[in-house]
Amino acid sequence: MLAQVIASGILMGFIYALVAIGLTLTWGVMDIINFAHGEFLMLSMYSAFWMYTLFRTDPLLSLPLEALLIFVLGYVTYKIVIKRVADAPGLTALLATFGLSLVLRNLAQFLWTPNYRFLNQTLVTDKKLAFAGIVLGLPQVVASVGSVIMTLAVFYFVQRTRMGRAIQATALDKATAKLMGINTELVYGVTFGLSGACVGVAGALMSTFYPIHPESGALYSLLAFVIVALGGFGNIKGALQGGIIIGLAEALGGYFLGTQFKYAIVFLIYLLVIQLRPQGLFGW
Amino acid sequence: MYVVIGVLPFIIQNTNFHHVMVIFLIFAAVGEAWNIITGFAGQTSFGHAAFFGIGAYTSSVLFWKFKINPWAGMLAGAVLATVTAAIVSYPAFRLKGHYFAIATLAVAEIIQQLVVSWDYVEGATGISIPVVADGFLNLQFHKSKIPYFIIAYVLFGVVLLISYLVENSKLGYYLKAIRESSDAAEAMGIDHALYKLIAMMISAFLTAIFGSLYAQYILYIDPFMVFSMNISMKIVLLVVLGGIGTIMGPVIGAAILIPLSEYTRILFGGTGKGIDLIIFGMLVVLVACYQPHGIVGMLRRMSLLKVSATKGGGATHAGRNAVS
Repeated sequence: MLAQVIASGILMGFIYALVAIGLTLTWGVMDIINFAHGEFLMLSMYSAFWMYTLFRTDPLLSLPLEALLIFVLGYVTYKIVIKRVADAPGLTALLATFGLSLVLRNLAQFLWTPNYRFLNQTLVTDKKLAFAGIVLGLPQVVASVGSVIMTLAVFYFVQRTRMGRAIQATALDKATAKLMGINTELVYGVTFGLSGACVGVAGALMSTFYPIHPESGALYSLLAFVIVALGGFGNIKGALQGGIIIGLAEALGGYFLGTQFKYAIVFLIYLLVIQLRPQGLFGW
Repeated sequence: MYVVIGVLPFIIQNTNFHHVMVIFLIFAAVGEAWNIITGFAGQTSFGHAAFFGIGAYTSSVLFWKFKINPWAGMLAGAVLATVTAAIVSYPAFRLKGHYFAIATLAVAEIIQQLVVSWDYVEGATGISIPVVADGFLNLQFHKSKIPYFIIAYVLFGVVLLISYLVENSKLGYYLKAIRESSDAAEAMGIDHALYKLIAMMISAFLTAIFGSLYAQYILYIDPFMVFSMNISMKIVLLVVLGGIGTIMGPVIGAAILIPLSEYTRILFGGTGKGIDLIIFGMLVVLVACYQPHGIVGMLRRMSLLKVSATKGGGATHAGRNAVS
């Protein structure tokens, strides 16, 4: 039973990690807290829902479309809103992204009602995987594996490609990066887009087992804040390990203390870790 | 400014307007309280709902379970919030920037979840405060909202005075030095943990007072109303909107944000489709994009332009306006 709890905790951890990686990119590179991150996730879930409902396209097949869609949404958000507040003092950017999250969440409610919706005839619905006495839902396993693949892809992109190195350079020192001929405007736009693509993928994967409604993203963005801070801002590896820790803490906390306390445990873990490592697990 | 606020409800005799004024005063005051720790001392708190909620719950529970006078409950709540602030924030002051902000957020979420699953205070169901006879002592008024307004107005005046005193005292200068550079402040011999702690305790005390008042005004509370991240964020938003680190900022921010959210709710909220929040969110985005320094920043730039022709005292000028 315990092994079962641990396994499902780790599975959720990988999904949390992918959401958090999206957040840590913009947070680390641009020092901008995107409060609308959870709403991007919610929009991706709705888009998977509508692709299925209108065109009978399975979420696992429409996934690239969601990734692209939220990438574009992130890029456009940067160009229209974030660009104007990027250099403003302290908390102004937060004001903008918080306003944006209100608009997106309530627009979803306006257009699609606050009702919970479920996709219950996808390729993976109701299938189970049994292994050494552990039974796991196929939707969670597929979502988790998909999250890992996307995480690796983002990691590769940031570490190995030209654009990725430009992102790293801009994160370290924007002025110098600009002097070196890096188009920092483009870098910021792409970073925001990439951040969106992360939740675009996560949303499509989650739509196979998670209820879809305007508040779907809220809890995930809250957890993502904690994961990002736990791992150290701007640190992809940190976000990955933070995600797994939080996934495990949630599962084990729910198992031993009751589900009503599972998020209290998650936040408590953050407070304890941060006492030992004030800069996050992998921050500097 | 303060006089104008005090006179308005007697000129405009409208219950909706009186309601908006009471809520405005409560949030303007809480904004001032938040401004002490975040605006002056530079320690971003995303968790002030914790203190607001502790204030609301302490007075309500004491009154409901033990028939303790709400004024005494208000004071008890404020003391409890101050103690909580001291216990949770002292270790957190080692954290820098966003790490501190997320820690305050985590504390508020933990407290909310404990209250949600605490049966003694009715958990998620919330508490309906028993209705008793009208009167100042009972802090309940059923016929008119004017007495609530007067109490909120007087308490708000006290908060303004405290903010002004803090800003213009040694404590205020220390806090601003810490905000600008905590290392430099420490090198000058300022015990930054101590002064941040004092600022946090004052801030928590004042926030809890208004949490109690809010509970007595609405007469019903549940954990999602008073402990939620929405309350914390509302406080952050209105101060940033008005102008962070200034005394006028929270008042101006609340004067814009609260009527906007209350009236859009009254006008469009009935449809249940969230139109009020779409409009509200759009306006918030617009202000952030076009007035990144807040409304006070905008006024100050305008007054600097005018004043610079005669005297270069725009900033002190704005500072003096704050208390008149």
